[in-house]
Amino acid sequence: MSDLIDELLAGKHRALARVITKIEDRRSGHRDLVSQLHQHTGNADVIGVTGSPGSGKSTLVDKMAATYRDRGLTVGVIAIDPSSPFTGGAVLGDRIRMGSNIGDMDVFFRSMSARGSLGGLSTATTDAVKALDAFGKDKIIIETVGAGQNEIDIVKTADTVMVLVPPGSGDDVQMLKAGILEIGDIFVVNKADLDGANRTVQELREMLDYSDGAILQSSGHHGAGSMEGTDGLQIEAESEGWDPEIIETIAQRGEGVDEVLDTLDSHATYLDDSGERERQARTRYAEEIRTLVREDVNDLMAEELDHRGGMDAYLDDVVTRETDPYTVADELVGPLADCVRDRRKE
Amino acid sequence: MSADQEQRTIRCLVAKVGLDGHDRGAHVISRAFRDAGFEVIYSGLHRAPEEIVQATVQEDVDVLGISILSGAHDTLVPEIIDGLEEYDAFEDTLILVGGIIPDDDEAELKELGVSEVFGPGASMEQMVEYVRENVPEKE
Ligand SMILES: Nc1nc2c(ncn2[C@@H]2O[C@H](COP(=O)(O)OP(=O)(O)OP(=O)(O)O)[C@@H](O)[C@H]2O)c(=O)[nH]1
Ligand SMILES: [Mg+2]
Repeated sequence: MSDLIDELLAGKHRALARVITKIEDRRSGHRDLVSQLHQHTGNADVIGVTGSPGSGKSTLVDKMAATYRDRGLTVGVIAIDPSSPFTGGAVLGDRIRMGSNIGDMDVFFRSMSARGSLGGLSTATTDAVKALDAFGKDKIIIETVGAGQNEIDIVKTADTVMVLVPPGSGDDVQMLKAGILEIGDIFVVNKADLDGANRTVQELREMLDYSDGAILQSSGHHGAGSMEGTDGLQIEAESEGWDPEIIETIAQRGEGVDEVLDTLDSHATYLDDSGERERQARTRYAEEIRTLVREDVNDLMAEELDHRGGMDAYLDDVVTRETDPYTVADELVGPLADCVRDRRKE
Repeated sequence: MSADQEQRTIRCLVAKVGLDGHDRGAHVISRAFRDAGFEVIYSGLHRAPEEIVQATVQEDVDVLGISILSGAHDTLVPEIIDGLEEYDAFEDTLILVGGIIPDDDEAELKELGVSEVFGPGASMEQMVEYVRENVPEKE
């Protein structure tokens, strides 16, 4: 086993931080590291926190972390800012709000950016969560702004998804329509000190009731948000098992935070008792394996393409109608298929 | 796309210590670093040394830029460096200090392990260039 993993397992913060860096950089050898981590994972509760920009996610996460610490638990936070300007650089500011955990190393806070490829971000997030889990964190919180499908994919890697909705803004209703309503286990109407909180709670309740019914009717057309794919029966079972909760908070003052944590605990208990946690895990690992296989085969084929003189050489022949894309694909993948099938016979 | 494509990105913590409330300079630096393609973790105003140590270790930054205007550098910087040493994070972090630092003190800070001190006249290009040339190779 690598020294770095030994140190991480022994509780060295520097090693944990460095492993996450290697994961983010996709530095050579990071796959071996993540692979060694796996057997030490499975003990943390992973909580996804999403919501529109400025809804108070970081403020709430800070208070949640401090309250978990009061309860004697350790916390890891991954704050993801998916916006990434043309230069590839980023200014990550979520850390500014972590004022309640100053100097407390048992709250491990890490900022991540998209680095120009949102697609790779959910893999990097999953792997970073594994590092925190193996390190021994009891609770792992992923903060990401709820903007689009990629962000939804990120937050869906959590066991429990919490959606923040600030009072009285039409934008948020739009966002909820865009697929976030389906993935939320807990809805938090934050900034409850502002006007319109009650109405937002009410609207939310109506939307949830409505979508509950809609999901039950439309088995098979649930596409947008569901990780379970189109298995209508499973979705039905799930919506019977856990009714999304709505909680009001004033994150700035820490009000409602205890209730948030208690509800998270209830959801964790539900996941265990219903067998949903294991189902989730199986679905995720299947997805992870498929992604890795796809990437690995892609890499192998890219290497082969290079070896054969690159894409351009083929393109010339395709453009002049000497060959066609199907034949090219067969030529490249054929030897791989032959090789795999030959081995299988032995 | 590829799983093994390295995406080494220079990460910097821009920290503002001390009691003065001006963070314009730190903001300007943050944006210049971002435009240079660096990832900047911005910590906000009035950060205590222990907080900067915590952030430097956890964020595993390559560069720690400390902005000090209030003149308490002679106590704050050593505290930060001690903290980094405690967590094994001193060796491979490039430490920069920005602010109005007297020459004698600058020599002392460099003695302690600060790589470079940038006064009010330093340009953003200079700082970006310096970081690119001196960023430590991480193992
Ligand atoms: N009135 C009120 N303001 C709040 C509350 N919670 C947070 N805020 C303020 O809302 C603003 C945004 O808070 P953040 O915690 O940074 O929000 P965020 O969702 O993390 O923002 P991004 O990460 O930029 O998307 C800050 O000025 C907070 O002080 C609250 O309960 N009531
Ligand atoms: Mg935030």
